[in-house]
Amino acid sequence: MINQFGNWIRESQIWGSIFRHGVPRDRRTRAMAILSNVFLHLHPVAVRKSGIRLSFTWCMGGITFFLFLVEIVTGVLLMFYYRPTVEYAYFDIQGLRAHVTLGLLRELHRWGAHAMVITIWLHMLRVFLTGSYKPPREFNWSVGVILLVLTLLLSFTGYLLPWDQLAMWAITVGSNMARATPGAGSEGPLSAFIQIGGVPLVHAGDDARFGLLAGTFVGPNALLRFYVLHCVFIPCVVTVLLAVHFWRIRKDGGVSGPL
Amino acid sequence: MDSILASSSTIDSVKHFINVACEPHWFLIISVAAFFIFLIGYRTWTKPAVAATVGALATLFFLVSCMDANFAKIVTKADNVPIVIMMVSVSFLLWLGFRQAAINDERMEKGEPLLEAGADDKVLVWPDLVYSELIALVLCTALLIAWAILLRAPLEQPADPNVAPNPAKAPWYFLGLQEMLVYFDPWLAGVVLPGLIIVGLIAIPYIDKNPRGNGYYTFKERKFAITTFLFGFVILWVVLIIFGTFLRGPNWNFFGPYEYWDHNRPAALLNTEFHDLFWINFWGVPLPKHYLMRELPGIILLGAYFVLSPFIMKATFFRKIYRDIGFMRYSMLCVLVLFMVLMPIKMVLRWTLNLHYVVGITEWFLNV
Ligand code: HEM
Repeated sequence: MINQFGNWIRESQIWGSIFRHGVPRDRRTRAMAILSNVFLHLHPVAVRKSGIRLSFTWCMGGITFFLFLVEIVTGVLLMFYYRPTVEYAYFDIQGLRAHVTLGLLRELHRWGAHAMVITIWLHMLRVFLTGSYKPPREFNWSVGVILLVLTLLLSFTGYLLPWDQLAMWAITVGSNMARATPGAGSEGPLSAFIQIGGVPLVHAGDDARFGLLAGTFVGPNALLRFYVLHCVFIPCVVTVLLAVHFWRIRKDGGVSGPL
Repeated sequence: MDSILASSSTIDSVKHFINVACEPHWFLIISVAAFFIFLIGYRTWTKPAVAATVGALATLFFLVSCMDANFAKIVTKADNVPIVIMMVSVSFLLWLGFRQAAINDERMEKGEPLLEAGADDKVLVWPDLVYSELIALVLCTALLIAWAILLRAPLEQPADPNVAPNPAKAPWYFLGLQEMLVYFDPWLAGVVLPGLIIVGLIAIPYIDKNPRGNGYYTFKERKFAITTFLFGFVILWVVLIIFGTFLRGPNWNFFGPYEYWDHNRPAALLNTEFHDLFWINFWGVPLPKHYLMRELPGIILLGAYFVLSPFIMKATFFRKIYRDIGFMRYSMLCVLVLFMVLMPIKMVLRWTLNLHYVVGITEWFLNV
């Protein structure tokens, strides 16, 4: 009965138009299942046996990717409820807990973000310990490092958005360091030499910290700036780099193994 | 009654001992010692029975410690739970990696095939990998939902620019950097050193020319690379995060794990400058007037550190490495390693001499 129903679906025109291959039961259709699907096609058709052992990869790259997807989904849902202004931000977050059914969104988003920072480090540790950054995978390691930096920046920009004391002061501590950028921060080494006729060119009103916060303190402009970076700009860059990362894994011969 | 009192005072003295052992200098010395003891004896330490015993003891220690109010308060703070998870997962996976390295190293000595051998044995991604991924996906979803139900995301008072919390901590993954701020000015700790960490990580594959150990776990074939990387990752990153999260309290003072966070303890005072040590204490002359002259000894010391030590190491420890990787790569390696080691060196100088700056050109904000 169920079998018949399954067959009826698989023989229908709709199913056939989406999945061009037959049921993946033999070598050819199984290869087709991967090759003819844009998402699964991120994989090669066949992989080294050692490369899919859990003890080899610890699945950490995969879990990091999973957490990134969780962040996207929960993040989009959070954007429905959240307004990035000093008047509303805090109370929108508070209301989320009180008024939204199944209000686990914020928990999922926050713990997912913490977890992603941890798993990306563990992924890097695994790649290092197996020497998988060695030729031909040098470039993919570099792409990975940029992904790591962007992941930390994603976390950092998101930290401000609840607009509570923890958020605001953590970002204050973090962004104060930009003030000390050599040559570009108002209290950085050598900045005092950048001047015209005794008028300093690098001061608190135009230095690196000002660029980060859009102001001299963590205020409404900083909130808006971090919101846009957090919700739009950095996720887009990460998505592009992830495509490169995955594509390169395949092109570099799949997950590494002894030569 | 007597015995209860006696035992509670033994517990107190144990707690006191641990509080002291967690002071910055002991904490770092013990961590570094443990790190090298682990690496030297990795074949013994990773034996399942040994590792399980160590793990069980650590768990027991943690559970017993949770009976202390101050300890429980700090480890169960919602935002600190991820750090406890990180400690557990980093330890476990280091064990897993080194366990396989130990097995592989032994097999190579005996001429047996590696754990990862049989590179030509390929399996189809559908179904083998796709189904494993599906299972991982379901498991991780369940775990994350459970975590979200059990632990509410914290929300403090609304942001108020006039009321600074004490301590004001950076997000936990940057606490290693904030800890560096204790020893270096922000331009180094917050800008130059993080920049070098990123550049250094990217440079690793281009500096490490060792063709062995590609695609399998080993320690023996890559001792220098693995030790250097792990020193940075475990000691200077993870350990400092743990330190910053659990042991730094009000006024960025150190507090032992069983200590109450006393807000009235004043911030530490730093008053020893290298130029004072050199001109006043050593030569018994007043400080030179011009700041460049005043700082000359420090500048020479620092210059010698960065210029001379590569030559010395090239003739001694690094002779083989220099031969293998050539001048350019060797120079890169030295810059990165010397900057990395600057951190522990400055820490030691701080603890022994209470040294503030080696070079202190405050006129330019250029202090090291
Ligand atoms: C958003 C972050 C990242 C995601 C989602 C991600 C995902 C993945 C996945 C799924 C794999 C396949 C094998 C595995 O699961 O271990 C992989 C491999 C790899 N990753 Fe990442 N990665 C990320 C960040 C990084 C970082 C930070 C590094 C290094 C600094 C890195 C370097 C590599 C390299 C070199 C490989 C090839 C490993 C091999 O062939 O054995 N990736 N990555």
